[in-house]
Amino acid sequence: MTLQLSPPDPSPPTRTATAVRDEAALAVASQRRLLWWRFRRHRLAMLGLVVTVLLYLTAAFAEFLAPYPAGYLDAEYTFAPPQRLHVVQTGPDGWDWGLYTYGYTVRQDPETFALTYEVDPQQRIPVGLFVRGEPYRLFGFIETDRHLFGPIDPDAPPVYLLGADRLGRDLLSRLIYGTRVSMSIGLVGVAVAFLLGILLGGVSGYFGGRVDTLIQRLVEFFTSLPTLPLWMGLAAAIPRDWGPLTRYFAITVVLAMIAWTALAREVRGRFLALRTEDFVTAARLDGAGHSRIIFGHMLPSVTSHLIATVTLAVPAMILAETALSFLGLGLQAPVVSWGVLLQDAQAIRVIASAPWLLIPGLAVVVAVLALNFLGDGLRDAADPYRR
Amino acid sequence: MLRFVGRRLLYMVPTLFLISVVSFAIIQLPPGDFLTTYVANLQAQGEFVDRGQLAALEARYGLNEPIYVQYWKWISGIIFHLDFGRSFEWNLPVSTLLAQTLPFTVVLSLLTIVFIWVVSVPIGVYSAVRQYSVGDYVATTLGFLGLAIPNFLLALVLMWIAFSVFGHSPGGLFSPEFRDAAWSLPRVWDLLTHLWIPVVVIGTAGTAGLIRILRANLLDELRKPYVVAARARGVPERRLLIRYPLRVAMNPLFSTVGWILPSLISADVIVSSVLSLQTTGPLLLGALLSQDMYLAGSIIMLGAVLTVVGTLLSDLALAWLDPRVRLQYR
Repeated sequence: MTLQLSPPDPSPPTRTATAVRDEAALAVASQRRLLWWRFRRHRLAMLGLVVTVLLYLTAAFAEFLAPYPAGYLDAEYTFAPPQRLHVVQTGPDGWDWGLYTYGYTVRQDPETFALTYEVDPQQRIPVGLFVRGEPYRLFGFIETDRHLFGPIDPDAPPVYLLGADRLGRDLLSRLIYGTRVSMSIGLVGVAVAFLLGILLGGVSGYFGGRVDTLIQRLVEFFTSLPTLPLWMGLAAAIPRDWGPLTRYFAITVVLAMIAWTALAREVRGRFLALRTEDFVTAARLDGAGHSRIIFGHMLPSVTSHLIATVTLAVPAMILAETALSFLGLGLQAPVVSWGVLLQDAQAIRVIASAPWLLIPGLAVVVAVLALNFLGDGLRDAADPYRR
Repeated sequence: MLRFVGRRLLYMVPTLFLISVVSFAIIQLPPGDFLTTYVANLQAQGEFVDRGQLAALEARYGLNEPIYVQYWKWISGIIFHLDFGRSFEWNLPVSTLLAQTLPFTVVLSLLTIVFIWVVSVPIGVYSAVRQYSVGDYVATTLGFLGLAIPNFLLALVLMWIAFSVFGHSPGGLFSPEFRDAAWSLPRVWDLLTHLWIPVVVIGTAGTAGLIRILRANLLDELRKPYVVAARARGVPERRLLIRYPLRVAMNPLFSTVGWILPSLISADVIVSSVLSLQTTGPLLLGALLSQDMYLAGSIIMLGAVLTVVGTLLSDLALAWLDPRVRLQYR
C-alpha cells in the first residue's frame, strides 16, 4: 500500500473559506493525495483499513502477542473452556488490584470419561503484561522471552483466554499464529495470480484481435467452472511427504492457477480502454517497444485500479485456503492456519462440548469483511475524476 | 430462436472438450499409476491378485500406451458406454456411485436456486424502491455478511444451534427410518425437511449477491424517462413499478445463473461434507483423500458439465424472455 498519511485538517473558521482553500489545495494535490482524500470519506473503508493493518501487525508480531508457542500443550487442560480475566479481587481485607484468573478443577465422569471443568476460586493465577515466557526470536534476529501477557509465574497452570483444543493447546496463541499463515497466503497467492493475470490480461488487452479472443475464451472457460472441486483436485495431487514450506507454496500456486482469471479480465478491460489514449499513441509513434509501452506507460496509469482489484482478490484467497485446509486437502498440521484450526471443529459433538473452537471462523469473517470494505473504498477512490 | 439455440449448442462443444481434458489431467496428476496402488492395496490386505484381471485392466485403460490413447480410451468409454471407469475404494463402477448421489446434488442445486430467487426478489425490490431506508441498510449489511461468512462455518453454527436446541444432529438427507426405504410420499417429505438447512446455507452467498444486482438494476430502471413520464400521467406507483421496470430488472435472475451455479456446486462439496449429505460432495472429498482418481475426476467433470448445461438453459430462458438478447444473434 502506498497511501500517504496527510495531517488532519485543522477545523476551518468559515464555510466559504474552506471551500476556497479546498479548491486551491485540490488544484495542486498529487494523485496520491486525491486518492487519500476520497478514501477517507468512506467510513467503512477506513474501518477496513484499520482492521487490516491490525491483522497484519498481529501476523508480524505473532511470537510476542501469543502467550504460548503454537505447539505448547497442557495435557490436563484438554477442551478447557475459556478462562475469564478478572481485574480486581474483592475480599475481606479490601480490594486487591491486578490482572488474574482462576484455575480449574477437573473432574472426570467415571462412566462417560467426559471432563468437566469447574472454576476453582482457591487457585488464583496472577496475569501480567510483558511477562517472561518461552524464548523466541522476533523477525528471526531479536532474541527475547517477553510476551505481551501471560501468567507471571511460568510454572503456574496455563492461562487460556479462548480455551483449549483437544490436545490442551491454547486456542488464542494458535489463532495468533494462524493469522500469520492465513493472511500471508492471501497475499502470496494473489501475488502469483497477479503475475499471471497481468501478463495474460495485459497481452490480451494490448494486442486485441485473435490473441485477445483466445485468452478471453480461456478466462470464460475457467470462470464457468466450479472452482472448489478443481482446487481440491489439484491440491490432492500435492505429495503428502512434502515439507510444510513446500506445501505452503504448492497450495498458493494451486489457488493462483484458477484465481488469475478475474484479475486478467480486469487488467484487460483497463488496457483496452487505454490502448486508444493519446499518450499511448504518442509513445508508439516515438518508436517505443511493446514492453516499454505496457510497463512504462500503461501500467503506471492503472496502478490504483489494480491495487483495488488485488485487495478485493485477497479475501477470496483466504476463504479458499480456509475451505481447503478445513477439508484436509490444504495445509497440514503442524502448520497453523485458520482453516487448520477449524478442522478440529468438524464433528458436531466436539462443537457442542467446545463451541469456542469456532472462534477461528469468526477471525475469517472479520478479515474477509475488512479486506472487502478496504477494497471497495480503494476502488471508489481509485478514480478521482469520477463525478 | 432456433438459430440461436444451434449457435449456443455449437459453442458448448469446445467447452465440454476442455472440461474433459482438465478432468483427465486431474486423474493423471497423482504420481504413479493407479493400478500399482491398487495392486499394493490388495496385497496389503492379503488378497490374491489375478494376473489375467490385471492384464485386462491394463488393456482397458491403455496404461502402457501414450497419453492421448489413454485419454481416448477414457473419454470414448464415457461417451459411448457411459463407463466412467472403476472406483477402487468402493470396488464399484463409478457410474453406479454417481447414479446414487448425482440426483441429490441436482435436486439440491435446483432447490437452492429457487430459494435464492424467492428470497432475493422481494428484498431486492424493497431496497430499490425504499433506497436508503432502514430496511435497505439492513438488507445491505446482511448481504455483506452473507458474502463474508464461509458457508461451511454457517453450516457448523446452524448444526450447533439445532443440536443444542433440539438435541439431535440435523445432518444427513433422511431420518434413520427412511434411509433405506423405498420412495414414497412420506419419504419425499422427510427429504424436504432435511434439505432446508443445506439449501439455506448454500443459498446465502448467492442471495446476497443477487440482491445487490437486482437492487442496482431496478434503481437504474426506475430513473429512466419512461417511468417519470408514466408517473407524470398519473399511473399509480404500484403499477408503475410492476408493469415494465420490474420485468426488465428481472433479467439477472437468469443471467446470473452462469456464476451462481458454479458457486453452488463448489458450496455443495464442502457443506454436504459438513452436514454428511449423500451428494457427490463428500464422495469427491473421500475419493481425493484416498486418491481414487477415476471417481474424483468423474465427479469434477460432471460438476463442470452440469454448470455448463445449466448456464445454457438459463441463457435460452433469457433469450426467450428478452427479445434484445435473442435478436443480437440474428
